[in-house]
Formats: sequence, structure tokens, C-alpha cells
Amino acid sequence: MTSTERKGHIKVDNYCLRYDTLDGWVDAVSNVSIHVEPGEFVSIIGPSGCGKSTLLNTVAGFLKPTSGVATVDGDPIDGPSADRGMVFQQYSLFPWKTVRGNVEFGLKMQGRDKPSRQVAARTLLGLAGLLDFENQYPDRLSGGMKQRVGIVRALATGPKVLLLDEPFGALDAQTRVIMQQILTNMWQQLKISVLFVTHDIDEAIFLSDRVYCMTARPGTIKAEMVVPLERPRQPEMMNSPEFLALRGELMSLIREESLKALGGEVSADALKGLSINLHGSSLSEVI
Amino acid sequence: MPGEVPPIMARAAAPPSPSMSEPAAAPELPAPAETPARATTPRAIKWLSLHRMQLRALLLGAISLAIFLVAWHLLTKYRVNIYIRFLNVPSPEAVFERAVRAAHDPKFFQHVLLSCRRILLGFLFATLVAVPLGLIMGRFRLARDFIFPVAEVFRPIPAIAWVPMSIMLWPSNEESIIYITFIGSFFPILLNTLHGMTTVDTVLVRAAQCLGARERQIFREVYFPATMPHVFTGLTVGMGVAWVSLIAAEMISGQFGIGYFTWEAYSLVQYSDIVLGMVCIGVLGLGSSALIRGVGRLVMPWNR
Repeated sequence: MTSTERKGHIKVDNYCLRYDTLDGWVDAVSNVSIHVEPGEFVSIIGPSGCGKSTLLNTVAGFLKPTSGVATVDGDPIDGPSADRGMVFQQYSLFPWKTVRGNVEFGLKMQGRDKPSRQVAARTLLGLAGLLDFENQYPDRLSGGMKQRVGIVRALATGPKVLLLDEPFGALDAQTRVIMQQILTNMWQQLKISVLFVTHDIDEAIFLSDRVYCMTARPGTIKAEMVVPLERPRQPEMMNSPEFLALRGELMSLIREESLKALGGEVSADALKGLSINLHGSSLSEVI
Repeated sequence: MPGEVPPIMARAAAPPSPSMSEPAAAPELPAPAETPARATTPRAIKWLSLHRMQLRALLLGAISLAIFLVAWHLLTKYRVNIYIRFLNVPSPEAVFERAVRAAHDPKFFQHVLLSCRRILLGFLFATLVAVPLGLIMGRFRLARDFIFPVAEVFRPIPAIAWVPMSIMLWPSNEESIIYITFIGSFFPILLNTLHGMTTVDTVLVRAAQCLGARERQIFREVYFPATMPHVFTGLTVGMGVAWVSLIAAEMISGQFGIGYFTWEAYSLVQYSDIVLGMVCIGVLGLGSSALIRGVGRLVMPWNR
């Protein structure tokens, strides 16, 4: 992996995505402009269905914008490529390949010969602490290990940017924190640009330099928040006043949008009106 | 890895002499720190407790088989006649005796070998045509929309119904029987392969694309291995149908083969041979299924 002035500047301008249905056009994402500077860690956070994954899939090259442009280092994105590594929520390891076979896959596609592939894969697996499992098939691994392999596999080809679509969503809370630290370490060593999609507020703040907050349908960027917390960050930092302040700010932004995403009818006034008694507490308190 | 052989078992197996029934030579061996209690358990007892369910299944299977044989023996011994007639049904002893004689009879083996050859050829051709066709139909919508309607018209026709047409189509009897075996196993293999192609996880395809795979590489590295388990399901089902079709074809138009042997035994009033033929077909069917499963396990070490 040569690190000779790798760039990885992602720029999305006035991006819109519409679906054509029998009832007419439906906007999934409208007028989104974001950017990720080289070596920056940026998260997109928003309620489910806000189009954050759609946006990520466009940067990955799976979806074409209806209007607007998406570029990496000035080149328009035209289909998926090994320049943009991707980690999926559903692990997505090839079950018929061993751990090492999975990591070697991208290098094999580049036409690298077997011995050099093997050396590269073993080096990366060693760094991720997975060398003991190189000959195992993925179904023998825990969720956290699978996702570590997924990240290592995406990095093996030396991409300019790393895209992650709620990669730790299926993991338990403890594993999640460890994975977040592993990802941060790898990112700091590789100086790669990262675009990270999540719905977890703590995760977004803990990992990112900057957080974009997206609104519900049609998806647009509601706010952008810089995270000034210094690095390296430790999990204990999540209890610091600075962290909690950022969290509170982001939470109120998200909450507004989540309520809108629910359809709007769950308003604070409506909840007050509910006086049904449930074991001594009213329904409005329970909700 | 947990789930693999525990370290203590792997170590205890290392000395050349100890058999399964001997207790583990734990004292000389440095026991791993986390499992000190296990090392003192005798190996034989541990083995029994680990394989309890398998042993029970084996025992129950043996008992059930024994009950069947005893019932068969009694029904034929007393020539039971209660609507179902066991008057002419040969006893298990008679069949066994006939089987021993058949084991030294080269003519009987000729029947068996010829049937095996027909199965092998028919099934092989079916695999060679149906698997690639299923892969292509699964990958290219155009091919599927074009071929699928024709396949759906032919599929419900049982292989036996092909017998007269097959005799007309092919120059010799041998070829027509192989063709019927082919047609019987063709559709299960085709449909399962096609189904396998439609269930390939799109996330895996996307993952491959993000790693720089091109169209052809995606086919070879993702679609093909992902479909393999379904292909093998198709092969197992296809093998079963191949035997059904073969026996029917041999009974109708054969001159050799185990199906012909069974039918001829009825015409020649050699009732023991009927049962011998049936048992033989059963064993061959079982063996060929086991063979396919074995190959499947070799080809797909990741599966289970």
C-alpha cells in the first residue's frame, strides 16, 4: 500500500434522486450537497428512511443521481470501483471463501499474483488481529470479527475513500465500542477519507470530524455539525461535558426529524391529550 | 476456534496406541489451564456422552429394521391373506438365499452394471446441459424469458410418457433409455439451478463490484459459488427422478438392466428375484444419493 499523496476528496453537489411511480415522481433525496475533505471522517446521521443510505450508494456508484453531480477528486462517479471501498451492514463476506480468501478478493480482481496477494492479506489480517482465523470460513466468526474482516477486505485494495453503511448496527453495545476504536485507529494510520452512515448519535460524534444531519422524506441536509473533540478519543470521553453538549444539540435536531418521519401526528400537544391510565402512569408518560 | 477439536482431545489422540475405550493419559500431558476438570474424565465416557444422540439414532434404526424383517418373516411364513395377500410373497430367508447366489452370478452383475451405466450417462448429460443453461437463464433475463415458457410446457410430462416418442427418436433401444433418464433428471437440475441464481444476495454482488470485479468475474466468483448449494439440491432430486425414469423405461422397453430383471422375474414366476431387484434398486438409489452428497461436501467445504 503506497501512500504517495493519496487524495480522496468527495464532493456531492445539488444531488437529487427521484423514483418514477404510477402516481408520479417521488423524491427520495433532494438538493443535497456534501463534501468530505481528503483524510476527513464524516458521518451522515438521520432517521430511518431519510435517504442517507441512498446517498452513500450513490457515492459508491450503485445509483445514478437524477440530477446533480457526485465526484471523487474531480472525477464524476460512474459505477462502483475499487477506488471506493465499501463496508455493508449485512457483513457481506463471501461465505465460500476463507477469511484470507475474502481479503485477497480485491487484489485478485486487480490481477495480483497469488504469493503477493497472500503476503498482503496476511499482513492486513495480522494488523487486525485476525491472523489466527485466516483459514476459517466466515460462518464460524462472530459478528464483530466478520465486520473486521469486512473492513480489512475493503481496505486491502488501497481505496481512496472508505464508505460504511451502518456497519456496526447489528453488533451488541460492547463490541460496537471496540469496533469504533479499531476503525478510528485504522483511519488515523491510513489517512483515508471516510463517509460513515449511522443512526446512532453517540457513534457519529465519537467517530467523526464532522456530522451531517439529514431530514426525513424527501431527504435533505438539515444541519452540519463540526465535532471539535480532540484525538485520540477514548470511550470515557462520552461522559465529558463537551461530548454531552454536542449530543444534546444533535439529539434535538434528530428528534424533530424523527417525529416528522413518523408522520407528524405524534406531537407534544397530542400526547398531553392522552389521559389513559396504565398502572398508575398515563400513556403520555409511557410514550 | 471453539467448535473445532478441543485441545485436550487433540493431545490425547497423539500417542499411537490408545484406543477409544482407554481413559485419557491425562497425568503425563500438560493439561490446558482453562479445562483442568475435563482432563480427568475418562475418554470413553466422554465419547459416549458426546455421541449420545447419534448412538440412540443408530440403535432406533436397527430396532426398526429388525421389526420390519420379523414382520415380513411372519407375514410370509403364515401366508397371511387379509385383503392384502402375502400368499406368493417370498420370505426374507428366500430373498437372502437368492441374493447370495446372485452375488456369484455374472449375469446379475451385468444387469446392475448396465443400469448404472445408463444412469451415469443420462444423469451426466442432464447435468452438463441443465446447469449451464440454468446459470445462463438466471443471469440473463432475455434468455430466461425466451427459454422458460418452453421448459414449462415440457416439464409436467413425466419421463415415462416419453417412452414411445423416445423409441421413435433414437436409433437404438439403449439410447432411448438413456434419453428417458436424461429427461427425468433434466428439469429438477435446471429449475434448482435457476432458483439458486435468483436467490444470490445482491449485497454480495455489490461487495464484489466495490472490490473491482467485472461482469465475468462476478459471474465466476459470486453467482457460480452462491448457486452451488442449489445445484447440488437439484442433482440430488434429479438423481432420484433418474432412477424412477430408468426403471420404468427398462421395464417397458429394456432387454437388460435391473428394472428389466425385476419385471422379467414376475413373468418367469421367480418371486424372490422381484424382491432382490427391488432391494438392489433401493441400495443403488441410496448409494448414488450418498455419492452426490459426498461430492457436494468436497466441492463446498464452506457449506455446513
